Amino acid sequence: MTRRTVGRSEGRTVIVTAFLVSLLSFGPTVRQSDCQDTSAIDRGVRIGIIYRPGVRPGLVMLPRTGMGLDSIRTIVARDLDYSDRFEVITLPGGDSIRLATPSAAPRGTGTRRSGSGTTATGGAQSRTLNYPLYQALGADFALDITAAGDTTVATLHDIAAAGIRRTVRVKLPRPGDPDFRQAVHRLADQAVQAALGTPGIAATRILFVKDGKVYQIDQDGADQKLVSSTDRQAMSPAWGADGRHFAYMEFQAGKGWLYLQEMATGKRTAVSTTGSALDFTPAFSPDGQTLAFSRATEEGTDLYTINVKNNCCLRRLTVGRFSDNLSPTFSPDGQRIAFVSTRPGLPQIYVMAADGTDQQLFAPFDYGVTGSSNAPEWSPDGQSVAFHRDVAGTLQVFVLDVRTRTVRQLTSVGRNEDPTWAPDSRHLAFVSDRSGYRQLWIIDLDTGRIRPLLQQSGARLPAWSPRLTEAPSTTP
Amino acid sequence: MKSVSLLLALGLGAAVIAAASCGGNPPPQTPTPAIDTAAENQRVRDSIAAAEAERARQAQAEAERIAAQRRADSLAALARAGEEVRTTLAAMIHFDLDKSNIRADDMGVLDQKVAILQANPELKIRIGGHCDERGSDEYNLALGNRRAQSAKQYLVSHGIDASRIETQSWGEERPLVDGHDENAWSQNRRDEFEVTSGGDNIRRP
Repeated sequence: MTRRTVGRSEGRTVIVTAFLVSLLSFGPTVRQSDCQDTSAIDRGVRIGIIYRPGVRPGLVMLPRTGMGLDSIRTIVARDLDYSDRFEVITLPGGDSIRLATPSAAPRGTGTRRSGSGTTATGGAQSRTLNYPLYQALGADFALDITAAGDTTVATLHDIAAAGIRRTVRVKLPRPGDPDFRQAVHRLADQAVQAALGTPGIAATRILFVKDGKVYQIDQDGADQKLVSSTDRQAMSPAWGADGRHFAYMEFQAGKGWLYLQEMATGKRTAVSTTGSALDFTPAFSPDGQTLAFSRATEEGTDLYTINVKNNCCLRRLTVGRFSDNLSPTFSPDGQRIAFVSTRPGLPQIYVMAADGTDQQLFAPFDYGVTGSSNAPEWSPDGQSVAFHRDVAGTLQVFVLDVRTRTVRQLTSVGRNEDPTWAPDSRHLAFVSDRSGYRQLWIIDLDTGRIRPLLQQSGARLPAWSPRLTEAPSTTP
Repeated sequence: MKSVSLLLALGLGAAVIAAASCGGNPPPQTPTPAIDTAAENQRVRDSIAAAEAERARQAQAEAERIAAQRRADSLAALARAGEEVRTTLAAMIHFDLDKSNIRADDMGVLDQKVAILQANPELKIRIGGHCDERGSDEYNLALGNRRAQSAKQYLVSHGIDASRIETQSWGEERPLVDGHDENAWSQNRRDEFEVTSGGDNIRRP
C-alpha cells in the first residue's frame, strides 16, 4: 500500500515509505520519543539518504471522504501545491490507514497537546492529531477541512507546536455557483496566511488575449471566461490595483482606443481623450487615479498620463522625436515609471520619475551586443522588474534587480515573452512556445518550477491580477 | 412440215439476234424539255440572291458586333486605366527587420503614388504600417507607426499635402501571409495604402 505514497521529494517519499513500514510493523506500540527522533527511522529499512526539510515546510492534507468536501479539498490541495511554498505530502490509502484517528489522542501526547493549540482555538474546537506521527512524516502543518452543517471548517494544525494554529469557518457557495471556486481559493489563501504569515495567490486571476479577445482564467487554470464585449480586436489588458476593473486597448476605425471595464458587470467606458490617435499599453498607477499609456503620432510614440478618476489632466511625459517611448509600468509606491525607449537605437528598459523627470537607463545592456528589451512589469514588492529580451534571435524572460541594477535571465527553452507578476512577487506568468505552440506558463522564481497555465494555442499578453478580495464572512 | 420448222427456226434465230442487237445499242437520250431549264435558272438566281442577302445580314451583324466591341473595349480600357492607377496606388512597400526606413527599391513605388496623388488632387489615402511576428507584440505597434510615418514623410516631402494622408499601425496583428519563415515575415513587414475618399473617377497621371 505504501507504493501509492506520492511525495514531492523523492527522499521524503522513501523515508515516508520506510517509516510507514516500521510504523505498521510496530503498530500502536510506537512511542512519542521514537517518532520525534529521526533515529527511529533508522530502525526500519535503512536508507542512505536522510531527507532534510530544507526551505519548504511540509504540509499534509488530512484525508476525509464524503460530505461534499472532495472538490473543496482537491482545489485547496492544488492551490497549496501551486503556491510552491510547501512540500505537500499526500498520505497513502486515505482513512484505511487511520492516521488521523481522534481516539489516538490519549496515547501519551497530553502535555504537548495542552499548549498553543487549545489557546488558539479557545479549547472548543480542539481536534487532536497524533502530532509526533505527522512530524515523523516530515509534516510541519496539517490541514483538516471538515463540514459543520452549511459551514466549511478549515483547521490548520501546527505539528511542531502540537496544536491548532488557526481555525477558519466559512460558508462557501455551492459547487457550480460562479463564486464557488474563488471562495475556495480564498480559503486556501487563509491557510497559507495562517501557516506562514504571508498571503497566498490562490484567489487571483489572469487576463490574457487570444484571437483578439480578452479572457480571464483562474490561476489554477480553471474557469476560463470571455470578458471582451465587442468583436473588435483588443490588446494589452491591465488590472486596476483593486482588482475590480481593468484597462485595455481596442482597434477602432484605424485608431487605438483605451477602455476601462468593470470586472463584475462588464460595463465599459472609453478613456476620455482617446480615439484621436493610436493609444496603447495602458498601466494603472497603484492608487488607481492615473492611467499611463503610449500614444503613437506623427512624431513617434510617447508616454502620457491621464487622471481617470476625474477624466482630466492629460500630460505628456516623454518627447521622443526620433525615438519611441512605450510600455509604462508603475513602481508600487507610484513614484516611478519604468518603460521602453528606443533612444539607444534598439528598445531598452528605462526609468523616470512619475512626472516624467529624471529619465535614465534602468536595465543595463551592452551596446551593439544586447538585443531588444521590451514589456517591462514592476513587481508588486518593488524589488524587481521583469521584461523580455532578444537573445540569439528569440525572446527570453529576464528580471532586473532594482537595487543593484543587475539582470538575470530566467528562461532559455524556446521563445518566452511578456512576463507578468503574481501578487506574491515570486511567480511570473509568461508566454512560451516551449511545448510547440504559444501558450501561458507560470514559473516560481524561488524554486524554478514551471507549469503550464493553459493547454491552448494562441494565448498572449497575460496580466496577473492583484489578490481578489471579495472576502467571505469568516470567523477566525 | 420441214420448211415450217426451218422458218420457225429462222424466225426464232432472227428474234434472238434482234433481241441481242437491241440490248447492245440503247436508244439516244431525248432532249430536256424547255420548261425545266427555265425553272432551274430561276432556282440558281434565287439561291444567289439569298446568299447575298445572308452575306449582307452577316456583314451588318459583324459591323454591329465590332462597333459594340469597340465601345466595350474603350470602356474596358478606361476601366483598366483606372484599375491600373488603383493597383499602382495600392502597391505595398516592404521593410527590413526592425527597420522603418524606405528601401531604395521601394522609392519608385512611392514616386508613382506621388504622381497619381498629384493628378488626382481630390484623392485621400490611408497608410497602414505592419510588422512580422518576431518582434514584441506591443513594440510592434510603435514600429508599425514608424513605418507608416516613413511613407507619409516621403510623400509629403515630394509635394503631397500632409492632410491628405492618414496613418495607422496594426503592429503584427494583421499578417498578410501566414507562416513562420523569412518568406512570410518579409511579406508581412509592409505598408499598405488604401483610398479613403476621392477615388470614384481616378485619372492617369
